[in-house]
Amino acid sequence: MGEELKVIVFALGNEEYGIEVDRVRTIERLSPITRVPKTAAFIKGVINLRGVVVPVIDLRGRFNLEETAPTEHSRIIVVAVGEVEVGFIVDSANDVIDIDTDDIDTPPEIVGGIKAKYLRGIAKLGEGRLLIMLNLAEVLNRNEIVQIEQLEV
Amino acid sequence: MDMNAYLSMFIDESNDHLQSLNENLLQLESNPEDLSIVQSIFRSAHTLKGMSATMGFEDLAALTHEMENVLDLVRNSKLKMDSFIFDTLFKGLDALEAMVQDIIGGGTGKADVTAIVAALQSILKSDYKSGSAPSASSETSAPAGEESSASLLDQFQSSILLQSMETGHEPYYVQVTLDDNCVLKAARAYMVFDVLERTGEVVKSDPSVQDLEQEKFDRSFKVFTISTIPAASLREQIANISEIASVEVTPLDAESLASLTSAPAAAAVEAPPKPAEAEETPAAKKEAAETAKKPAAGTQAVGRTIRVDIDRLDTLMNLFSELLIDRVRLEQLASEIKRNDLTETVEHMARVSSDLQNIVLKLRMVPVDSVFNRFPRMVRDLAKSLDKKIDLVITGADTELDRTVIDEIGDPLVHLLRNSVDHGIETTAKRLEAGKPETGTINLRAYHSGNHVFIEVEEDGAGINQEKVLKTAIKNGVITEEESKKLNSNEINMLIFAPGFSTADKISDISGRGVGLDVVKTKITSLGGNVTVHSEFGKGTKFSVQLPLTLSIISAMLIKLGSEKYAIPLTSIVETGIVKRSSMLNVHGNRMIKFRNTIIPVVSLSQVLESPDYDETTEEENEMIVIRKGEKWAAVLVDEFIGQSEIVLKSLGKYLTNIHAISGATILGDGQVALIIDPNALIK
Repeated sequence: MGEELKVIVFALGNEEYGIEVDRVRTIERLSPITRVPKTAAFIKGVINLRGVVVPVIDLRGRFNLEETAPTEHSRIIVVAVGEVEVGFIVDSANDVIDIDTDDIDTPPEIVGGIKAKYLRGIAKLGEGRLLIMLNLAEVLNRNEIVQIEQLEV
Repeated sequence: MDMNAYLSMFIDESNDHLQSLNENLLQLESNPEDLSIVQSIFRSAHTLKGMSATMGFEDLAALTHEMENVLDLVRNSKLKMDSFIFDTLFKGLDALEAMVQDIIGGGTGKADVTAIVAALQSILKSDYKSGSAPSASSETSAPAGEESSASLLDQFQSSILLQSMETGHEPYYVQVTLDDNCVLKAARAYMVFDVLERTGEVVKSDPSVQDLEQEKFDRSFKVFTISTIPAASLREQIANISEIASVEVTPLDAESLASLTSAPAAAAVEAPPKPAEAEETPAAKKEAAETAKKPAAGTQAVGRTIRVDIDRLDTLMNLFSELLIDRVRLEQLASEIKRNDLTETVEHMARVSSDLQNIVLKLRMVPVDSVFNRFPRMVRDLAKSLDKKIDLVITGADTELDRTVIDEIGDPLVHLLRNSVDHGIETTAKRLEAGKPETGTINLRAYHSGNHVFIEVEEDGAGINQEKVLKTAIKNGVITEEESKKLNSNEINMLIFAPGFSTADKISDISGRGVGLDVVKTKITSLGGNVTVHSEFGKGTKFSVQLPLTLSIISAMLIKLGSEKYAIPLTSIVETGIVKRSSMLNVHGNRMIKFRNTIIPVVSLSQVLESPDYDETTEEENEMIVIRKGEKWAAVLVDEFIGQSEIVLKSLGKYLTNIHAISGATILGDGQVALIIDPNALIK
C-alpha cells in the first residue's frame, strides 16, 4: 500500500483530472474576469478573490485544447504552488476522492493531447475510470509562458 | 511557539534598549557632565543585561556587564568620561548590535568580544589604581564564576539580585509544581513566566527557559525573580493559573543568596558591593533607588502599545475593502427599495465604515523617527572619521508615514546624509577660511504637506559647483557640450542624479563612487516620490525628498476604454481635455498635438492595451489625458473619464510579472478588478 492521497476531481471535456487537495485554496463559481493586456491567450485575466487579485488561466487553452464558452457548471479552482496563486477555469469540479499513490502510473507520452510533462501520472479508479493527475509545478512554469508570449508577440 | 514569543519580545526590547543607549551616549558626549543621562544609560544597560542573561545569551550579558561596570563608576563620579571611553563604549554597542542581529537571523548571538572587554577592563583598572582594588579582582574572577554552571546562580544573577535588594525591591525564590495530569506543561510554565514578568523581572530559572519551553522538565521548576509586589500576592497570582499543584515563594536575603551562589563567584561578588556601598554618598544611593523604580513605572507605560505583524494589518485591510464593496451594493439596494429605515441604517453603516477606514489606514502609520534615530550616530562617526565638526539638527521626527514607505526610505536617506557629510560640509580649515562657523550644520527635516511627506536634508556647506558639474557631466558622457549650453541652473544641479556621475576628485569610502545619488533618485521615484536639489554655491545645498503618505493607497483617475476600466495615477497627470482628431498633426508618421505652445506625442491607449471593443479613430473628438514623465509629456487618448478616486493598490501576484504598461491592480466599488496603468511606460 502506498500513501493515501485526497484529490479534487474536475473535468475538461470528457476527461477527468485530479489535483491534490492540499494544493487547492478554494473553488469558486465564475466571476467577472478583468482582461490583462499583452499576456498569453490562455491567461484570461484577473479576478477579485475576497480582496486579493488572483490571475486566472483557462486550462483548456493551457493544454492547447479547444476553448469552449463557460457554462453554469464552470468553476475556478484556485491553487497555490509556493508563492504563486492561480485560478484554473475548468468545465466542472464536483468530487473529492481518496486514491492510493500506488495506483498512479507514469503517463504515456501524450494523453488526450496533453504533453506528459504536465502530468504527474494516471490513476486507475476501477470500473475503467481513469484520473489524470496534474503536475502543477510544470503547468505553472513561468519560463514556458515567457516563451509562449514571445511566440505570440 | 513559546520560544518565539519570548525571542521576538527579547529582540524588540533589545533593539529599543540599544537605540536608547545609542541616543543617550550621543547626548552624553555633547554634555559629559550631565549625570542624569548616565543614569538612563545605566538603566538601559542593566535591563539589557538582565534580559540577555535570562535568555541564555551569555556573551551579550557578559559584554553588557563590563559596560555597566564602567558606567557604574561614571555614575558614581569615580570616573570622568573621555573620548577613549566613549569610543570603547560605542564599539561595545556596535558589538551588541551585531550580536542581536545575529540572534534575529537565527544565530546564537555568540561573538568574540575579548578585545572590547579588555579595553573596558583597562578603563576599570586604570581607575582602580587610585581607589578600590577589590572590584577589579572581581572582574578577573568573573569568567570563573560563569563557567561553574553547576551552581544555582552565577555572578551576574546574584549581583542583580543583590542590587535589587539594595534598591528596595524584593527578590524571591519561587518553586512551582504542576499538576500530575497537566498536558501542556510548557504553556503553563509560560503563563507563570508571564505573571512573573508582569510584576517584575526573572533573573534565573532552573531548568532554563529554553528547556521549559521544550517541555524538558518533570513537574516542577524553580525561578529567581525580582518583583515589585509582596510574596503573598505573587503566590496567589501564580496559584490562580490552572493546573498548578503548588507554589512556594521564598523571599531572599543576602545570606541565603550567598549560599545559593557558586562558591568562587560568591566570594568575588560579596566583596565588591560593600566597599562600593561604603563610598556611596546618601545622594548617590537615592539616585540608585530612583533608577530602579523608574523602569517599573516604564513597563506600565509600554503596555499601552502592542506590536502587530504587518501581514495581519494587510489582511485587515483586504477584508475591510471587501466590506466597502458590500457597502456599495447595500447602498444600491437601499436606493432601489426606498424604505426609510433601511436607508438610514445603510447611511449609518457608511459613516461608521468610513471612520473605520481612517483607523485602519492610520494603523499602518509609523513616525519617521524609527528611521531618523540611527542618523545622529552615523553622522557623528562619519564626521569623526573625516575630521569635520558637524551638528545634525532633526526636526519633525514625529511625522508619520506608511510602514511600507518607512522600510524603503532608510537607504536613500543614508546616501543623502553621507553625501552631505562627505561632499557638502567643508573641512574645518576651509570653513574658517570662508568665514563660516567652525561647526557645520545639517538640518534633517520632515513635514506633511497635502497628501505628501517632505524630507529635507539641508547643510551650510560648499554648495554645488556648477562649472565642475558641467565639466564632469560632459567628460562622463552624461550630456553633450551642445546640450550643456541650453541647461538652466536647476537642470545643471539635477545632473548630479545622473547615472555614473560623481564630482568627487578622489573616491572616498564614504561616498563618491558615483553610484550614490542616481540610486537615491531611482529608489525614491520607484516609491512614487520625487527628489530635487537647491544649491547656492558657497552657501549650502538642500535636497528635498517628496514621498507619498502611503504606498497602498493612491489618488487615481478612473477611465473607460469601451467596456474596460483602468486607473491612471494622479501624480503623473498634468491635465485632462478634449482634442479634435482634425487638429492632430502627423510628424514622421507619429501623431502629435499642440499643447501649451509645445508639440507633444499622442499615445493611443486602446492600441497599447489592445482594447477589444474601443477604437478612438471612429470618433471626431477624443478625451485625452496629458501625462508627464520628468520633462517629457504625452497626450493619452481614452474613451471616457469616470472620475478621480482613492484606490487601494494591489499586486497582480507572482504569476503575472512584468506586464507592459501595467503596474498593478485595484478593486473598484462594484467588486471588479481594474488595472492600474504605468504612465512611465507610455512615454518613450
